[in-house]
Amino acid sequence: MQDALGSVQSILVLGGTSDIAQATALELTRGGARRFVLAGRDVAGLDANAKELLAAGASQVDTRQFDAVDTYGHESFVREAFGVLGDVDLVLVAFGVLGDQERLDHDRQAAMDLIAVNYVGAVSVLYPVVEHMKEQGHGTICVLSTVAAERARRSNYVYGSSKAGLDWFCQGLGDALVGTGVHVMIVRPGMVRTRMTEGMEDVPLTVDPEDVAAAIREGLASGREIVWVPGPIRWVMSGLRHVPRALFRRLPV
Amino acid sequence: MDENIELLTGWGGTAPTATRVAEPHSPGDVREAIAEAPDRGLVARGLARSYGDAAQNAGGVVLRMTELAAVHDVDIEGAGVTVDAGVSLEQLMRLLVPLGLFPMVTPGTCQVTVGGAIAADVHGKNHHGVGSFCNHVEAFTLETPQGTRHVTPDRDPDVFWATAGGMGLTGVVTQARLRMKRIRTSRIRMDTERASDLDDAMSRMEQRDSDYHYSVAWIDVMARGSHMGRSVITRGDFAEPDELPTRMRSDPLGFKPSTVLTAPPWFPNGLLNKVSVRAFNELWFRKAPRHQEGAIVPLASFHHPLDFVHGWNRIYGTRGFLQYQFVVPYGPEGEAAVRTAVERLSAHGAPSFRAVLKRFGPGNPGHLSFPMPGWTLTLDVPAGMPGLAGLCDGLDEVVLEAGGRLYLAKESRAKPWVIHPMYPRLDEWREIRAKLDPGGVLRSDMARRLDLC
Ligand SMILES: Cc1cc2nc3c(=O)[nH]c(=O)nc-3n(C[C@H](O)[C@H](O)[C@H](O)COP(=O)(O)OP(=O)(O)OC[C@H]3O[C@@H](n4cnc5c(N)ncnc54)[C@H](O)[C@@H]3O)c2cc1C
Ligand SMILES: NC(=O)c1ccc[n+]([C@@H]2O[C@H](COP(=O)([O-])OP(=O)(O)OC[C@H]3O[C@@H](n4cnc5c(N)ncnc54)[C@H](OP(=O)(O)O)[C@@H]3O)[C@@H](O)[C@H]2O)c1
Repeated sequence: MQDALGSVQSILVLGGTSDIAQATALELTRGGARRFVLAGRDVAGLDANAKELLAAGASQVDTRQFDAVDTYGHESFVREAFGVLGDVDLVLVAFGVLGDQERLDHDRQAAMDLIAVNYVGAVSVLYPVVEHMKEQGHGTICVLSTVAAERARRSNYVYGSSKAGLDWFCQGLGDALVGTGVHVMIVRPGMVRTRMTEGMEDVPLTVDPEDVAAAIREGLASGREIVWVPGPIRWVMSGLRHVPRALFRRLPV
Repeated sequence: MDENIELLTGWGGTAPTATRVAEPHSPGDVREAIAEAPDRGLVARGLARSYGDAAQNAGGVVLRMTELAAVHDVDIEGAGVTVDAGVSLEQLMRLLVPLGLFPMVTPGTCQVTVGGAIAADVHGKNHHGVGSFCNHVEAFTLETPQGTRHVTPDRDPDVFWATAGGMGLTGVVTQARLRMKRIRTSRIRMDTERASDLDDAMSRMEQRDSDYHYSVAWIDVMARGSHMGRSVITRGDFAEPDELPTRMRSDPLGFKPSTVLTAPPWFPNGLLNKVSVRAFNELWFRKAPRHQEGAIVPLASFHHPLDFVHGWNRIYGTRGFLQYQFVVPYGPEGEAAVRTAVERLSAHGAPSFRAVLKRFGPGNPGHLSFPMPGWTLTLDVPAGMPGLAGLCDGLDEVVLEAGGRLYLAKESRAKPWVIHPMYPRLDEWREIRAKLDPGGVLRSDMARRLDLC
């Protein structure tokens, strides 16, 4: 159960090898979380993260095979994960792919594959998650969106559009779940130094996975619906939102 | 039975969960609800004056007991009553004070049900003299998944004492027989003194508490430096008719508990910042007489000062608040723990209206009953206060080290591994519970969070 100050006890991580997810899992373990299911494709990577959580104080960490594009398997996967954990206080939806926009500009299949993970896969797995959480009468669904979902950009519009779809889906879902005890929290980081952005140059306001983790913990404590990381990027984005397209196109963002 | 899905919280307004709420109108309704309870189980709820998640049951059923509220029998001669569990102490007082009877034990609010008072084994300002609520319960009827039980402390001590302080997890109390205190007026003769700091307050209480039936100290935890722990100690007993001013003597048992103010439905978050609370506390401390004896005050303003503002908990804003209450045994270690707690709270600048300090007398055989001989300190803090989780976790350690414990009726955030060693008889309690409820029907959010059953 989530306590009065937002600490959670049991967590299902979708994308268990994600750097942001693991930093978050560690942060929440320090806050008292004990039981985890880490789900993903890379078994060895999941096991390594499980070991790290156990060393940090977790009492039970299971790893499970999960592929976002295997939508047929999502219902039974979610049923099993809830079966393993009992009550699930937090589901962290962290899987995602960024893709290479230059390739995506002309590769139809690559664009469809990306959308199949980031948007279709996420929506598909959220349906059974919502069902189980409504049944238990409580829980938080924390979804990794991005500032790129706020405004379309030449440099990552396929990724941005898939995240925008997910972000809007989750906004509406959060509203639909009012009164059910289930809460949806959307996290919109700017650039984060992880495997996903390896080799890319830092831009202003670039943060580390630990910063996202701390913001998620604070967001849980205060019952936020949207969490920006770092906080001030919210104001940058709200400024950019009003820049005319002709000008925006030429900005180095 | 009427049923509804509702989002429930305790008095602190934190950690809401959704539950099917049913309102039984008879013990038969309760039996039926238990028999038909879903997988996620069922728990009783009174007036939801416990601060945390004790009377919630996410995804399951909550039985709101307040419609089961008949007074069955009043024995004025023998000073006893038989009531339904949903009867509130306020309802009892309205009926019985004019007849010269008063609950032996009343908490700081009379908006609690008899069932809730048993389940938390509540204490009042007279704990040092008379113990807690269940010390004065002669019998109760308990509905369990294994059937109905008529329980007395002599006939069925295990079940009686597992239920006293058992937070609704041994069954649903439907009726109880209570011993009452005889009173001759509805006024309190009150003595007030100010203490300049914490040591002063503790030594004054140590010396004189036993001279009074009721005693409590209010500490200004925001005061710092040499004022740290400055307090106002109020003590008293029911007045005798000849102590009343002449104009009151014609109606010595007159009683008006009514709410006079209603708090607006919402307050802006952050209304209670350090500055506003510090100013309030300052004013309140100065207003208290340095030393006054024999003031005659209405019992409601003495016992239930906050009940005069309906819905005052909303002043804490949408994030709610929590109440931290612990007890530590008498002796140097316990006293050091109280001092450490006040020091840390004062240093942290927790925007808390007063903390309450009280001395407990002996505990009772309740397995999970809170009181033990020692000092108990209570205070409210807004849940949004920065650093609160760390502050509380740190205080938990101090309390545990000193051999103390936290009060489950106020609890909303501690970890199971902190609570378990604080209640060393938990396993014994679990065994009794397992006999009453082998299928684990009785469950609450608190039981899940603290891994109680
Ligand atoms: C302003 C204020 C001051 C307070 N001061 C004090 C004080 O001085 N001393 C003190 O001890 N406490 C104090 N309390 C706490 C309060 O007395 C307890 O939390 C009490 O249990 C509340 O009773 P309730 O009817 O509201 O029960 P709820 O809060 O609704 O429920 C509390 C527990 O009782 C169980 N329960 C309720 N009814 C039944 C039933 N019929 N059968 C079985 N279980 C049942 C619930 O399952 C739950 O575990 C105070 C609270 C407030 C808000
Ligand atoms: N890094 C940033 O700058 C940034 C900024 C904003 C938002 N985000 C978002 O934050 C989330 C976490 O990203 P990260 O930075 O931590 O990157 P990361 O370390 O690369 O994590 C991405 C995760 O997605 C998983 N994944 C990819 N395809 C999958 C599939 N088909 N099925 C299941 N899992 C799949 C990966 O698992 P495998 O190990 O199996 O590949 C990996 O665990 C992502 O949703 C990302 O979009 C990141």
